[in-house]
Amino acid sequence: MEVEAAKLIGAGLATIPLAGAGVGLGLIFGNFLTGAFRNPSASAANQPTMLLGFALTEFTGLLGFTISILILLEIF
Amino acid sequence: MNTFRAAGPMDQFEIVRIVDLSVGSIDVSLTNSALWMLICTGAIIAFFFTATRRAAIIPNRVQSTAEVLYEFVSDLVRDTIGPEGRKFFPYVFTLFLWILIANLFGMIPTLPGLPHEAHTFTTTSHLAVTLALSMLTITIVIVYGFWKNGIKFLKLFAPSGVPPAMYILLVPIELVSFLSRPLSLAIRLFANMFAGHIILKLFAGFVVSLVGAGGVLSVMGLLPFIGAIAVTALEFLVAFLQAYVFAILTCIYLSDAAHAADH
Repeated sequence: MEVEAAKLIGAGLATIPLAGAGVGLGLIFGNFLTGAFRNPSASAANQPTMLLGFALTEFTGLLGFTISILILLEIF
Repeated sequence: MNTFRAAGPMDQFEIVRIVDLSVGSIDVSLTNSALWMLICTGAIIAFFFTATRRAAIIPNRVQSTAEVLYEFVSDLVRDTIGPEGRKFFPYVFTLFLWILIANLFGMIPTLPGLPHEAHTFTTTSHLAVTLALSMLTITIVIVYGFWKNGIKFLKLFAPSGVPPAMYILLVPIELVSFLSRPLSLAIRLFANMFAGHIILKLFAGFVVSLVGAGGVLSVMGLLPFIGAIAVTALEFLVAFLQAYVFAILTCIYLSDAAHAADH
């Protein structure tokens, strides 16, 4: 296989983590909403924790994106 | 250089020199990145100068905005770090405001036809800038952690109340988690701004090529145009959220350093 083609396929494959990040973000916000509707008075206090979980989950997707960009721009 | 050339989505991140300067063999030219950092810093200073110049008990509109921002970050620091977080408030406040303003100023559209030096530039879309910010945070965490707790700061990696055998597994995990903090802080902010601005310009590029195609296709150009508007709205949300996340993670790490000996 040509190196150029392999690089493009690799860059595409490196975006797969986005699927996991999407599922994870949905779980975080969905579960937060479930909890928040059950006990609305506790929702404000837990918002920072939710955003922390959001940030950490999003990072896995962004890592895949960064690797994809690194391959595409041939920084290595 | 043709200033009207169709800019690709990556062109916006190009760093160009505006004033050539060098000290010895070190290149310290004023680039568009440095210019926009100065603009952000200048805007923040000007805003707070105006807001606090004639401070009154009944605040005017500018002063209320400054007070809302102050109280927002003040609550954040107090809730996350506790009473000893007071001394970190100036740092977190500066960090939050600077990232927020840098992100928001990156959303200003560039007037068409301007030379590349005058294009709007998002400073936070470069890893060098965000990595410098995150390394500053981690340096403060490490220095303050050892200054406050002494050698007990290392208890951060070996929390008490765990069966001794677990330490074989726990210490490496905690160590890797601590070492990945500066990287994850930097990459999160950088990748969010970078990816967001690429998507924005990609949608804008679709509009241009569809309208340029003529016929039925130019009507179809309306779809990516609506998409571009939606992405712009999302980017404003991301600009705020990433500044907030950076600030809150800084607070959590500082809190770890302040309370390392307790757990």
